[in-house]
Amino acid sequence: MTMRQVFADTVQDVMRTDPRVAVVLAEISRDAFAPSDRVINVGIREQAMVGVGSGLALSGLRPVLHTYAPFLVERPFEQIKLDFGHQDVGGVLVSVGASYDDPALGRTHQAPGDVALLDTLPGWVVHVPGHRDEVGPIVRAALARRDRTYIRLSLRENAGPHPVVEGFTEVRSGRRGVVLAVGPVLTAVLEATAGMDLRVLYATTIRPFDARGLRAGLGDTGDVLLVEPYLEGTSSHLVAEALVDLPHRLRALGVRREAELRAYGTAEDHDSAHELDVVGIATAARGHFRL
Amino acid sequence: MAVKSELGYADLPALFRRMAGDEKHEWAAASTLQVLWVLYDRVLDVSPDRVSDPDRDRFLLSKGHGPMAYYAVLAAKGFFPPSTLDGWTGWDSPLGWHPDRVLVPGVEIGSGSLGHGMPIGVGVAMGLRLQGRHKPRVVVLVGDAELDEGSNHEAIALAGRFGLDNFTVVVVDNESGTHGWPGGVASRFAVEGWQTSTVDGRDQAALYEAFTTPHPGKPMAVVAKVVDR
Repeated sequence: MTMRQVFADTVQDVMRTDPRVAVVLAEISRDAFAPSDRVINVGIREQAMVGVGSGLALSGLRPVLHTYAPFLVERPFEQIKLDFGHQDVGGVLVSVGASYDDPALGRTHQAPGDVALLDTLPGWVVHVPGHRDEVGPIVRAALARRDRTYIRLSLRENAGPHPVVEGFTEVRSGRRGVVLAVGPVLTAVLEATAGMDLRVLYATTIRPFDARGLRAGLGDTGDVLLVEPYLEGTSSHLVAEALVDLPHRLRALGVRREAELRAYGTAEDHDSAHELDVVGIATAARGHFRL
Repeated sequence: MAVKSELGYADLPALFRRMAGDEKHEWAAASTLQVLWVLYDRVLDVSPDRVSDPDRDRFLLSKGHGPMAYYAVLAAKGFFPPSTLDGWTGWDSPLGWHPDRVLVPGVEIGSGSLGHGMPIGVGVAMGLRLQGRHKPRVVVLVGDAELDEGSNHEAIALAGRFGLDNFTVVVVDNESGTHGWPGGVASRFAVEGWQTSTVDGRDQAALYEAFTTPHPGKPMAVVAKVVDR
């Protein structure tokens, strides 16, 4: 079962008991949801999808909006900014596709910038689950709130799940520095840093950013390696802010910014190209922490 | 925030002058004035003491530009005191060049960027229906040039296909769009299954009749033609 199906099943399970929850789709995943008055497929109309979701929220419902990441966050971005943020209503946006889940589909279906874009708007909660078993608790908690939440689903997964908590979770202890792994990069991070004296923190919630958790996890140095499955450096400003009064060195790994990668292939090929595979992360860790 | 004495249509010029200044006569040229007045005076089931009532009617000003007529009508109807109009667009005034629902009592959406109100209105209409609230109606005001924005056409198709008979769009048509709408604005709605009418946007009786015409099973578009004077 994929993260996407767990999401759809969880939402429909909550809908049985919570009449506030309604889903807006734009064709994508329409077969993952059973027919219901509260599952509204607007067709391939993403601007209307976000506007309709806002209207549902204004009427008192808890809208869930879902499609491929570029069509959910990038195409109707002004609708997200104004129809949710400026109107000051809540909603749960859930994407699939991530940075390059399906690289054969090309650039049009890749959204490495989704979290960075949402970072330009105040108040969004951002969840990046790293395993299908983490999706259910994240979705249930989001539906029970009234805030603006983005949940970034992916076909990429860690070897196993971790308990879903609000802040960062320590999955390995160490003294020479901290590696912060967000969502589905954790397994590669653990393998890449095996045998290194590094503390590894894991995040499924990256906004709000657990600055206290990062500070509490610092080793003998203030050095941090940030590994994110989306645009490189997306959380760098928050690491800098968390450690503003401490000497520290930061290296950020993620999907590279400097050029559009015009290549198809597999997701693993793209991991390698962005130094997000085990070799790339290990090389970056050894260099950054001088191991 | 409700004020006790409700003002009438004849008081609107004075309310306008509190924003525009004594020398200006922009109130007479405001293309939305009669439409807004008919809606708030005779059509919409809204009042200052029911701004959070889930069964109130909703008016969404999508065309957020030139909001003086809107503010004047809201003040006349007691949603905020006329004194609020003084100093509008100032630092601590709730009234800006584009309305903000968070700041102004009775304002249902913040607008300014064109093409947002109609999709939001479709969602409000759908949401009310899903919750079994069949009494309130949703009215969205757009401008003819605003229809340039493609998001409106996503919403026009959706509202027609979902048969939203609790949904009305009023298009204030002063032919301000550069490329225009051959065949008329109303035809864009009619082809998607809307009930439509085109009336003189300064004729209050005609506007009232258009807004109160039943439209079972389908949304309604009222094109209010306003020729600039």
